[in-house]
Amino acid sequence: MQCEVCQSKEATIHLTEIADGVRTEMHLCEQCAQEQGVGTKSYIPLNELLSSLLSVGPKGEEPAQPSVGEQVCPHCGYTLDKFQEKAVLGCPNDYEVFEKQLAPLIKKAHDGATCHCGKVPANTPTDSKKQLEITQLRRQLDEAVRKEDYELAAKLRDKLVEFK
Amino acid sequence: MKLTEISGNINEWFSGEGPLSDVVISSRVRLARNLAGHRFLAACPATEKAEILRKLKDVLMGIDLGDEVFYIGVDKVPALEKRFLVERHLISQNHAFGKGPRGAVIARREFFTAMINEEDHLRLQVLKAGCQLPACLEQINRIDDMIEQKVEYAFSPKYGYLTACPTNLGTGIRVSVMLHLPALKMTGQIEKFLNATKSLGLAVRGLFGEGTEAAGDFYQLSNQTTLGVREKDIVTQFEKTIIPEIVEYEHAARSQLLSHESSLLDDKISRALALLKNANLISSQEALFLLSHIRLGLNMHKHQGASTPAIDRLCSLGNDIGSAGTSDRLSIATVNRLFLLTLPAHLQLNYGKELDSTHRDALRAQIIRSALNG
Repeated sequence: MQCEVCQSKEATIHLTEIADGVRTEMHLCEQCAQEQGVGTKSYIPLNELLSSLLSVGPKGEEPAQPSVGEQVCPHCGYTLDKFQEKAVLGCPNDYEVFEKQLAPLIKKAHDGATCHCGKVPANTPTDSKKQLEITQLRRQLDEAVRKEDYELAAKLRDKLVEFK
Repeated sequence: MKLTEISGNINEWFSGEGPLSDVVISSRVRLARNLAGHRFLAACPATEKAEILRKLKDVLMGIDLGDEVFYIGVDKVPALEKRFLVERHLISQNHAFGKGPRGAVIARREFFTAMINEEDHLRLQVLKAGCQLPACLEQINRIDDMIEQKVEYAFSPKYGYLTACPTNLGTGIRVSVMLHLPALKMTGQIEKFLNATKSLGLAVRGLFGEGTEAAGDFYQLSNQTTLGVREKDIVTQFEKTIIPEIVEYEHAARSQLLSHESSLLDDKISRALALLKNANLISSQEALFLLSHIRLGLNMHKHQGASTPAIDRLCSLGNDIGSAGTSDRLSIATVNRLFLLTLPAHLQLNYGKELDSTHRDALRAQIIRSALNG
């Protein structure tokens, strides 16, 4: 079957849409499907993430407080409005100051991940290192359970108990 | 050091050597780091940027990289030199044409660059020829450890290495490979490849990174997720799953061309050779496009024993395909050399002055003609 748009390439994407009881079908090649915005989107572009940022403010906020976008970081003077404008943050403390608003964005940008897993600077305090190791062990345990590798899961669980 | 000391040669990562080098041109690992106690660059006044630059430059010039290192004050060099560094993948477009005090510390053999004050305070990169991601990771980790002994990075136990943009948060790692996929393009399967990579959450860019087109059938593939996944797991996924599959698809497309469309393949290579050997004016886009077909022909001969009239003609231009050091005629290294040395900034830097586009096209055609005609 040929693509309905370019009439040259083979149609590999078949879209059926039912709106107001009317069924329409489209048969497109991959390139035309992409140009028409049809298909799966694997990751969310940064600007799209940013535009949704200010709509995720904490619930039940008092009207007298400054709006989410105007909240200021005491270390760099940045606001969320400024972040939205520049697409970069003002200082490392922003991750703490704006954590509530940034958390959903971070989760979306990183495929659902919410905390670090990987290299840790050698000079990190022992407590933080321990916390990180626990997080990583928990993650490995979840993975082992998901894969139904119960032998590994048991070992990881024991390790976690030892750690705590 | 003067850039003309390196501009006449190809660099290590573009040598055409290394594992799976008929498809994987190079491997790169980049780490994004910021100093604790400083603002990110967007909020930094020039004085703070200068302080960060001074601090990081001193640290980087003092560590042992096993090679001579040189420093480029990116904010101070002429635009032509900036463009040269971008063409050579030593700095990014953003770094070249950004604002404020910034610089780069580069290893003479060009396997390592540290960009200071790009989007983050520090962007480290290690580049190697062919498919060598684990070696890149191992080396960049060692360099990162040495730097870390002298500075304190912005790090949070929850979010990892803190970066200016939340999309780099966590490991701050960008793992990428530069791929040459001419057969997937010729057989009309490149869109399938692009869609498949997107569904794996990978980014595909052109030859010179973000916002560039895939000139000469070169594609840069890189990870997007940097939080919640370990550095070595990203590298393993590339090394064990993603790269072997893409290489297999490209090889299958090459076999398909040879068995079912050998006249099309032969015609493309034949035309490329005829144009490159005879043209008086060649744009850099056209040169990349035509040299890509020459590279395909040479690699198909070397790796698949392909023989068509045009491939045989290519091979008769030099009988040293892939074996370095015998003759400087038509080897993969020679074609890669032509790819690099005929890029606009390379041409002009080696010529000694800026040229208009017609003069560049003439000079490019002349260099290619003399390499192919002997």
